[in-house]
Amino acid sequence: MSAALVVPGLCLYIAVSCALAYIFPQSVLAFLLVEASLLLLYYVHISDRVKFLLGGLVLLVLLPVLGFSNAYYFEIAIQIGIFVALALGLNIVVGFVGLLNLGFVAFYAIGAYLWAVFGSPQANNFVPAIMGGWFPLSANWFFVFLLLSIVVGGAAGALLGLPVLRLRGDYLAIVTLGFAEVVRALVNNLDKPINLTNGPRGISPISKPPLFFKPLLEFFGIQVSDAALYPMYFYFLVLLLVCVIILVTQRLENSRVGRAWKAIREDEIAASAMGVPVVRMKLLGFAVGASFASAVGVLFAAKQVFINPESFTFMESIGVLAMVILGGMGSVPGAILGATGVTILNLQLLKGLSLWLNGLRQSGAVWSIPLLGDLSLANLPAQFEPAKYERMIFGLILILMMIFRPQGILPPKQGAKK
Amino acid sequence: MALLELRDISKRFGGLQALSLVSMNIEEGMIASLIGPNGAGKTTLFNTLTGLYRPDQGEIRFQARSLVGMKPESITGAGISRTFQNIRLFGHMSVLDNVLVGMHTRLDSSLVDIFLASKKFHAGEKAARRRAHELIELTGLTGRENEWAQQLSYGEQRRLEIARALAAAPQLLLLDEPTAGMNASEAQSLMGLFKDLMGRYVKAILLIEHNMRVVMGVSDCVHVLDYGEKIAEGVPDAVRRDPRVIEAYLGTGDWLKNAQR
Repeated sequence: MSAALVVPGLCLYIAVSCALAYIFPQSVLAFLLVEASLLLLYYVHISDRVKFLLGGLVLLVLLPVLGFSNAYYFEIAIQIGIFVALALGLNIVVGFVGLLNLGFVAFYAIGAYLWAVFGSPQANNFVPAIMGGWFPLSANWFFVFLLLSIVVGGAAGALLGLPVLRLRGDYLAIVTLGFAEVVRALVNNLDKPINLTNGPRGISPISKPPLFFKPLLEFFGIQVSDAALYPMYFYFLVLLLVCVIILVTQRLENSRVGRAWKAIREDEIAASAMGVPVVRMKLLGFAVGASFASAVGVLFAAKQVFINPESFTFMESIGVLAMVILGGMGSVPGAILGATGVTILNLQLLKGLSLWLNGLRQSGAVWSIPLLGDLSLANLPAQFEPAKYERMIFGLILILMMIFRPQGILPPKQGAKK
Repeated sequence: MALLELRDISKRFGGLQALSLVSMNIEEGMIASLIGPNGAGKTTLFNTLTGLYRPDQGEIRFQARSLVGMKPESITGAGISRTFQNIRLFGHMSVLDNVLVGMHTRLDSSLVDIFLASKKFHAGEKAARRRAHELIELTGLTGRENEWAQQLSYGEQRRLEIARALAAAPQLLLLDEPTAGMNASEAQSLMGLFKDLMGRYVKAILLIEHNMRVVMGVSDCVHVLDYGEKIAEGVPDAVRRDPRVIEAYLGTGDWLKNAQR
């Protein structure tokens, strides 16, 4: 295809896919087409400026418009954003520094609980009565805590890093796994003797971020209910956070820090012989990755309004790790694609398949299969829903990937830098 | 005052005395060679010098500063850098990045500089890249900058190791068998490179080498190790005729006499 046709073609594709998603708000397929437009943008050879322009158009204008027609689109986009942020954080630890971390979700939990405890009446349980009644903190504190979570998460990351830096490979992985379980066990059990986390019952209601721009909307005469505004608000917050994380990651990657991280991954002894302070750089990697997860945890807590330890299980850590590996370890576009792909698979594809199958069952159609005779779809067992096989299908994909493309979908590019 | 001074260095691994009371001086402006049969302790001496091992006893002074107990990265920062006998490049990094890693101690951009992509950061990166290209050209790797290190041929990898070591702006360069596996003409061109480096890039070179043509061709001074002990030192011609060196390499012939008896 000639270069002159690429941009109009892309615009047409974006317009058509968005129109489809707008006309058929229930169609999973139509929304997938919209999401695919971003992937397409990444792959085509056009100037970066046009790429950013079109990408910005899709993310900043078209998606919000679609979201207003169907709030579920926002929900999916927010989930994707959260997992992209987590995957980018883990990519620093696993992909750049080369330290296998099986307990990454611990930092996510730390951030989430940080805001959950102080952004809800929960903190009244342990802060002395004289100061009591302060909590929940006003919504304006949300942004303070977002910044604070970066510091706290980073400190937690460094704290975990300190004792385990002498460990390598399997040993380190086991310790990080243990750390995550310790964090989960702590939040699960710290309801006695002092009620810090409210244990397995979880914390609710957690304050949402302030709608500081509402007066502005009213000034322009736009009347939107808060309930309709929040999904979009969270969408933009997540988008902003992801953009900041991508920017920070890229700057780090192309600096002496990123090179030092990769050198440690490749050969620790050679790296230290080249003057790389191995211990400091590993700690920094742990801290930066953890601070991303912690910041996104704050957002998660505010979005969910209710959190409990169930959201921070080992499977969650494995899920994020699988995103990084699927996408391509050590590659920023890979981590983004991996997180997006897996989230879409879980939230949309498998669920969509289940819905479709259910529809078939209810239609009571009968398929005639040669040799096997007639198959009445109404008799299809309920266990046959793809959503129930989420982990199995996911595992199959992982196995197939490891056989046919062990380096991931978008491995680090070679010779990409000038 | 010697650039590097080793006094009575000993290192033991369990029952094996890898180094015993080794002393030597490396003067400024000198290419020195370290030779000896396999297992004589040459690489152990390098590892001790660069902080990978801590000597059991003895003193290492570099520019009148003690290096014993310093971490490898601090020793690199102090001005000694090395190559490895079994090539240890960063395989999944580009040639350019390999060299840039070597400059880690010479770049001083802070995290804030990096996050904000400040002027200082850009200036530092630009200067580093310029120097990296210069070193890549010096070692004859121009045009391969963006390839992964693991894709280079064996000889190119050896030269990249040298470029990476030079990137740390060392005063003393330690080369562990730089011409291993190279043919005669490659070794010849590398010898030329060593002489070019002197004065312009480094103040002194210490190399471990098995290729006697290289040793005799470039060395100002040769140190001989055998079973962890230093058995000879001197100009190449003198060392070549030293009976203890000949004995270390060829044996005394006792076994032959015993066999004949």
